[in-house]
Order: sequence, then structure tokens, then C-alpha cells
Amino acid sequence: MKALVSVKRVVDYNVRIQVKPDGSGVVTDGVKFSVNPFDEIAMEEAVRLKEKGKITEIVAVTIGGAKCEETLRTALAFGADRAVHVKEEGEVQPLTAAQALAAVFKKEGANLFLLGKQAIDDDANQTGQMVAALLDLPQATFASKVELEASKATVTREVDAGLETLEIDLPAVITADLRLNEPRYLKLPDIMKAKKKPIEAVTLADLGVTAGAGLKASKTVAPPKRSKGVVVKTVDELIAALKGKGLI
Amino acid sequence: MSKILIIGQQADGKLSSSIAKVVTAAKLVGGEIEVAIFAKDGSAAAAEAAKLDGVTKVLQIDRAENDNELAAIVAPQVVELAKKGYSHVFAPGTTFGKDLLPRVAAKLGVQQVSDVMAVHGPTSFDRPIYAGNAIVTVEAPAAPAVVATIRLASFSAVGSTGSAAVEKVSVDVALPTHTRFVKLEAQKSERPELQSASRVVSGGRALGSSENFKVIYDLADKLKAGVGASRAAVDSGYVPNDMQVGQTGKIIAPELYFAIGISGAIQHLAGIKDARTIVAINKDAEAPIFEVADFGLVADLFTAVPEMTSKL
Repeated sequence: MKALVSVKRVVDYNVRIQVKPDGSGVVTDGVKFSVNPFDEIAMEEAVRLKEKGKITEIVAVTIGGAKCEETLRTALAFGADRAVHVKEEGEVQPLTAAQALAAVFKKEGANLFLLGKQAIDDDANQTGQMVAALLDLPQATFASKVELEASKATVTREVDAGLETLEIDLPAVITADLRLNEPRYLKLPDIMKAKKKPIEAVTLADLGVTAGAGLKASKTVAPPKRSKGVVVKTVDELIAALKGKGLI
Repeated sequence: MSKILIIGQQADGKLSSSIAKVVTAAKLVGGEIEVAIFAKDGSAAAAEAAKLDGVTKVLQIDRAENDNELAAIVAPQVVELAKKGYSHVFAPGTTFGKDLLPRVAAKLGVQQVSDVMAVHGPTSFDRPIYAGNAIVTVEAPAAPAVVATIRLASFSAVGSTGSAAVEKVSVDVALPTHTRFVKLEAQKSERPELQSASRVVSGGRALGSSENFKVIYDLADKLKAGVGASRAAVDSGYVPNDMQVGQTGKIIAPELYFAIGISGAIQHLAGIKDARTIVAINKDAEAPIFEVADFGLVADLFTAVPEMTSKL
């Protein structure tokens, strides 16, 4: 069984984002980028399934500019066998990304598509669901446990009410939640080996995708700052302060 | 004029409290507001939805397959309905809405607006990005429809003194069989629901064990508050995952929020930034949580919290 795993290059999750003073976006120059944390979890799951003999080949895919090659090399060091780089320097919104990813999935004839549940930059949480819709495939989002068989998967999902279990026929789309696994640390020999693994370059046009009308961002602002708080010394003072404001 | 379709969420015949907040967002768009209830038997939830102020009509779509509101099953029906002259399709920013709506948007061929936190007009919305550290104003294409999930922490609930008509509707589309519900392991709790509670008490890694979480529950019970947790507390197994507050858990906006033994990582703050008043109790005076707290107490939680509970 072949699995496709998508990875996105995003501003590292530890970076404190600065909004540009002119409102045109956030500062990304000179900022550390890494693989979207949820995509690392998706990648790790694919590798574990391969180690268990459930998957025979892992193909990593990303969409974006030249710098995304780094992201793909990381995926290859994780254990992907090869990679597809959909080259596009401009902004790609989730539906356009989903159309491209669906085309790659079809072209590869893959049976399982693993993605992260959301990217920590745009926080959209859409792409996996959209890929599933475009291919008319089942989806299991927010997965915290995946059991794979030859023609179906049993997936436990993190939902507001607790844990929901679904059974889905393959091929299928699964998006990873935080608790699916703990991604491994990359070893130097694997990073070296990854440099020799093949990356195929394609464009949106090659895949027959043209970006339609998208969302237009007019301005980006920092959230309103909270006013400076008070540090109290004792529990009594805290209770008095809360009572004073009519909160308790 | 706008005609807004809200995808209702229900469980066991009860309408989700999220829908009253989505109606508030829809009222800011203006126009006719219809709520669609997909269930095996949606009568009770539809009756509740009909009472929400501002709702023009409730559509009740009863079908055995809708029993567990699975995205793959509900989506084709929403797509079919949406084509009947609706300018907007809204769903709550719950796991149900997040799972379902992008599937609908893709079928309609539109980019979805996720987590709407403010409505400026029929096609202009604010939404948070980068874990809430930036807010972007976006203009969505009006055609064929604006598809958006609504961030519950940003809108208050409408009242329920209305009396809209309930119409039983059959949506005639073939439904897939590739997705089957197996089970739901729900956490039973008598405490107020996290996302609608006006007070929330949350515990973090510093609690050290699930037994120690008792001090959090005791304070919460005294305050009639919901109980939340940081990712660290969930990952350590102190509490179940559905209690997680933050960028990837629940986003809440209570009147009063207690962060106890929580350092205040960016991802946690994303879930509580809109709380009216934040109280932090932490041993570490340098913890980032004190930068956003309205009231901070630097103290050992195991002495301060029981003391507080006993004095309330």
C-alpha cells in the first residue's frame, strides 16, 4: 500500500509572531521556519505503519517556493521514500492546495493520505477535508489512533464530546491530531541519506490546477493588548480583589 | 438580500449550545436565517432551534443515516441544500463544524473562512491566524456562497423567545457507505460545559498527577465553574483530551478564568485570550501567564488553592 503524506513549511511554533506595522501581514524575514508540527505527526504515523509492514512506500508532498525543498528533505529523513514538490512561489489557499494534492494522490495511485489536522500559520483546518471531498473519499479528521487493514481503517478521533471511533474504507484521507504519536528525532545518517532521495518537481499547471477566486486579506493587526495586571500577595487579597470586581 | 443557512448540531435530541452563538454572527450579516437539523429524528432539536431569536425557519432533515452526524454523510446533503439560493453557509467552530464544512466548501468550489471572530459585512470578516497572535480581515468571494465556521468564543448567544416555523425537508441525494460510526466514548460530567461556562478553572503540568487534580475540581465546584487543562496536563494523562484549552483544543471566553500551575505557552494563551478576567496562580514569578493575567498570585498551588476553596 502506498501512502501520501503532505508537509507544510511554517514559521516555527516557538516564534513570537510580529505583525508588520503597515498591516500587510506578519514578519517572516529572518524568522525560523520548520515543518508544521501536525505534519510531523502525520509523517511519523506513516513511517510507523511502514515499519509494521502495512505500507510499502511513502511519498511526501509539499506545495510552495524553493525553500520548501528543506521541508521535503526533513520528510525524507523521517523515512519518506521519495518526494513531490509542487512549485509555486505565491500564496496558496487551502482549496487550491487541496486540488493540487488530490491530483498528486490520483497520479500516484496512493491508498492512504495522511495530513496534519491544521497548519499553525493560517490555522485553517480545511485541506484534508477538502481533499477527501474532491476525491469523494472517506475522511477521518483529528485522528488520535489509526489501525490499518488491507481495505479499511479504524480511526479514533478527538471530538469535543470525547473520543469517536469510525471505520472507513480505503482509499481514505486521515488528518493527524497531537496525540496520535510522538515524532522521532532525526538521526544524522538519515539526514545524509535523505539528500540522495529523489524529489520530483511539478507545477500547479502540470496538475491541471488554476487558483480561483480566493479570500483577499485587506489588513493584518495584532490582537488588542490586555491591560497590565496586578500581582497580589495572599489568597485573601486575591479573594478581595475578585469580590471587589463582582466576579465571585 | 442575504439568505443564511446554519448547519445545526445536535446530540441525543439536544441542540448544541453553539448554534445560539452562530445565530448571533448570522444576525450581523443580516437577512433571512435558516437552521438545518440533520438527525435520525431531529424534532426536539428543531423545536429548540425554532425558539432562537432571529431564526426565520428551521429545516428538519430526518434520515436514519444522519444519526451520528458524520461529515461524509451530512456534507452531500448540505451541498444539495446550499444550492437552493443561499448566500451564506455557516457552521459552529466545533469539531463537528470543522470536520464538515470544508467538505461542503470544496464541493461548492469556494475557499472557506475558518473561525470568524468578527463580521464587518456580508463578505468581510476577521479571523485569527498564528495561534491568535495576529488578526486578519478577509474579503470572501460572494459567489456561489460564503462558507464559514464561527468562532464561538467571539459571539454571545441569542435568546430563545422566538417561534420560527419548522419544515420537514427531504434531501434526495445518494449517500456514501464508506464511512461507518463505531462508537463514541463520551466523558460524563455534571460540571458546566467548558465552551459555555462563565467561569473556568484550569490546571496544568504542575498538578503532577490526576489525583492532585482534585484541588482544581474542588475550587471549580465551589465556583460552579467548568474545568479545563493545558496540553501538558492532558498529555501526562491527568485529565481526558476533551478538557484541553488552547490553539488545538477548545477556545473559550469565560468571564473568569483561573490558570493554575500553567506556565502560559503561546498555544495555551490562544485558547483563553478573550477571557474577561484571567487569574494566574503559579510558583514561578517569571511564568509567561503573568503577562496576560489580570490578577496574579505567586504561590504554591497546593496550599493556595485549597485555602482559596475553603475561604469562598
